[in-house]
Amino acid sequence: MKMALWARQVSRWCCWLKRAHGAEFPQRLRSRSNTTRTYHAFCPLALPPSRNDFLLWKLQTYRPLSVGSCSQPASSKDGSLASPDSNLSSQVNQKQEKAETLSDLNAKILYEDWDDIPPSSALEEISEEEAMRIIAEPLLPLKSSTLRDYVDHSETLAKLVHLGVDLSQVEKHQKAGQLLLTLDFEKDIRKILLFLKDVGVEDNQLGSFLTKNPYILGEDLEALETRVAYLKSKKFGKAEIAQMVSRAPYLLLFSVERLDNRLGFFKNELGLSVRKTKDLVIRLPRLLTGKLEPVKENIQVCQIELGFQRNEIQHIVFKTPKILTASKKRLRQTFDYLHNVMGIPHDILTQFPQVFNSKLLRIKERHLFLMFLGRAQYDPAQPSYISLDQLVSLPDEVFCTEIAKASIQDFEKFLKTL
Amino acid sequence: MAAAAAARGLPAGLFAVYKPPGVAWDRVRGALETRLLRELNAAAPRPPRLHVRFLPGAADDGGGAAPGLVAARVPVLAEHRLVTGPRFRRLKMGAGHRLDAKASGVLVLGLGHGNKLLARLHACHLTKVYTVGGLFGKATEDFSDTGKLVEKTTFDHITREKLERILAVIQGTNHKALLMHSNIDMKTQEAYELAVKGLIRPMVKSPPIITVIRCLQFTLPEFQLEIHCLHETQQYLRKIVHEIGLELKSSAVCTQVRRIRDGVFTLDDALLRTHWNLQSIQNAIRDCQLKVKTEIEKTLGPRDRSVLHKADTEVAQAADS
Repeated sequence: MKMALWARQVSRWCCWLKRAHGAEFPQRLRSRSNTTRTYHAFCPLALPPSRNDFLLWKLQTYRPLSVGSCSQPASSKDGSLASPDSNLSSQVNQKQEKAETLSDLNAKILYEDWDDIPPSSALEEISEEEAMRIIAEPLLPLKSSTLRDYVDHSETLAKLVHLGVDLSQVEKHQKAGQLLLTLDFEKDIRKILLFLKDVGVEDNQLGSFLTKNPYILGEDLEALETRVAYLKSKKFGKAEIAQMVSRAPYLLLFSVERLDNRLGFFKNELGLSVRKTKDLVIRLPRLLTGKLEPVKENIQVCQIELGFQRNEIQHIVFKTPKILTASKKRLRQTFDYLHNVMGIPHDILTQFPQVFNSKLLRIKERHLFLMFLGRAQYDPAQPSYISLDQLVSLPDEVFCTEIAKASIQDFEKFLKTL
Repeated sequence: MAAAAAARGLPAGLFAVYKPPGVAWDRVRGALETRLLRELNAAAPRPPRLHVRFLPGAADDGGGAAPGLVAARVPVLAEHRLVTGPRFRRLKMGAGHRLDAKASGVLVLGLGHGNKLLARLHACHLTKVYTVGGLFGKATEDFSDTGKLVEKTTFDHITREKLERILAVIQGTNHKALLMHSNIDMKTQEAYELAVKGLIRPMVKSPPIITVIRCLQFTLPEFQLEIHCLHETQQYLRKIVHEIGLELKSSAVCTQVRRIRDGVFTLDDALLRTHWNLQSIQNAIRDCQLKVKTEIEKTLGPRDRSVLHKADTEVAQAADS
């Protein structure tokens, strides 16, 4: 009995305090939309400190109740506020500490009429209409490390999942989860999706695109359009832009100056013509969005350590752009084996740069097998020549029958003697 | 435990792979794990759990409790594959007797409850067989052919007979060590029976012991040995090659260490890199199951249930008295 009396008293206090702070409450909510990126927007930071103190001082046990009433503005996404009327009555009438109400009351009307709402009694009867709006559910966690907790309650997240966005990947990106929670599908996301479709990203790629780069949803549409216009001004065709954007999702987050700098970097560093530079970045657009330091280092490794000429490097890079983003260690090891063990000169390596993309273990195994059979002959001037391309690119079965002229069983037996 | 793992679609048991030279064993394990996880996660997801939601719909005038709301069963999005992430992220996969990066050969791996079998197999102290390649005329710091060269020597005086004499000496001294560490009184019937079955071996930790060593190939300057041993490391085998070189008044480096048998797992059981997929691994586990079980029972006796049972009766007797 005593508890019930206390509960009533607390609810009255809450009501009184809410009225007292009513003036600043909506303002805080409006400011929330300006700082949408912060995670705190999702937490009920609108809780006035004085009230917090009061609750701590007054009654520890009723804390979840008051927090519940505060978290409503945050959990109702489109800014509509629950009316304090139905809110308070739900707490007492339903005898549920954790209650959440969803209201379709227009927020504007609410702000204007804030002071006119008469103080409602906790025991007041509510109508059927109002009762219908009350959905009693466990409270959403105020803080969470995963989007799992919110996906069933957020229209936006649900739609993104249906679009094919992997939320488990997205939440690993820094602050991406907070960004998605503050966005509204109809208002913020739709326009970006339409924009991406205009650029030429395929429908079935949208999900994986947004999984890789969720930040584009928070980007300004005009800035994105300027960047596409810049690419168009650089004489990239529409299909090429589409290919570049879908292969390198972060491309459109780079400012025009930065894109310009990077295009210039590849042109100067490799000494390629404009047309060839364009071709290079179209084929491997992640060169533009990745770090430039490893690219510089790889060029140095090719030039100084591996001893390729400048025009040879141009040829290699133009044929296999991937070599610029490969790991230096792997490049060195592969070259060391090809050149020093297999005795392949630089000019043949330049002809078949794709060997640098294949696994060293694969090259080793096949070379040793050919050595064992006495067929390891990589000089094009001599008979029974085996090109490096054939050595690395063919699947095992074809390699055995066509190149090594042996059965796959023999190859497997040989591999077990290594 | 095994049943639970099987219910979740996970393979469990022991299998062997062929580790290529130049790759560390944990990279092999990691590669296997990623391949298995990819296959396991690609399997069709379970149908999603449904929960009841009251969705605002067309007002139902039939007189339901809440007019305007329609109860509907919708899938729980929180359990969607795209929200939870992949179902399996990690596999319980342990390696048996390790192989260092330069060595190659049979590497035994355990999945799920296979890890327990791995521990039991380890307690069996079974012998392993290696083929070890050597090259006379050189000595290096780490006894392998890629190490830093220390000296060069002549080797023309070495003959197969001289080599085999040294091997016999090595085997003899190791045989004495074997008898010493196996803690069996040699003058008993029990020792005789064990010796007949060929089961005399140390059942506790001991220094490396070579049980059999013989020359497979001898073409100067190269030679190849077959070594059966216990409690060895690959580096120890390289050192043996080095010492053989010194004993023959020359020097030798080890060109290859290849394990062709680890306990009951032979070269034929080992899976090559091209066969590292779920189906082959499951087949390999099934094929080896019986072999492993019989070997464990032969050495350690039947499963501990009898021991547990005995302990239980003892407790019961103690309670009664």
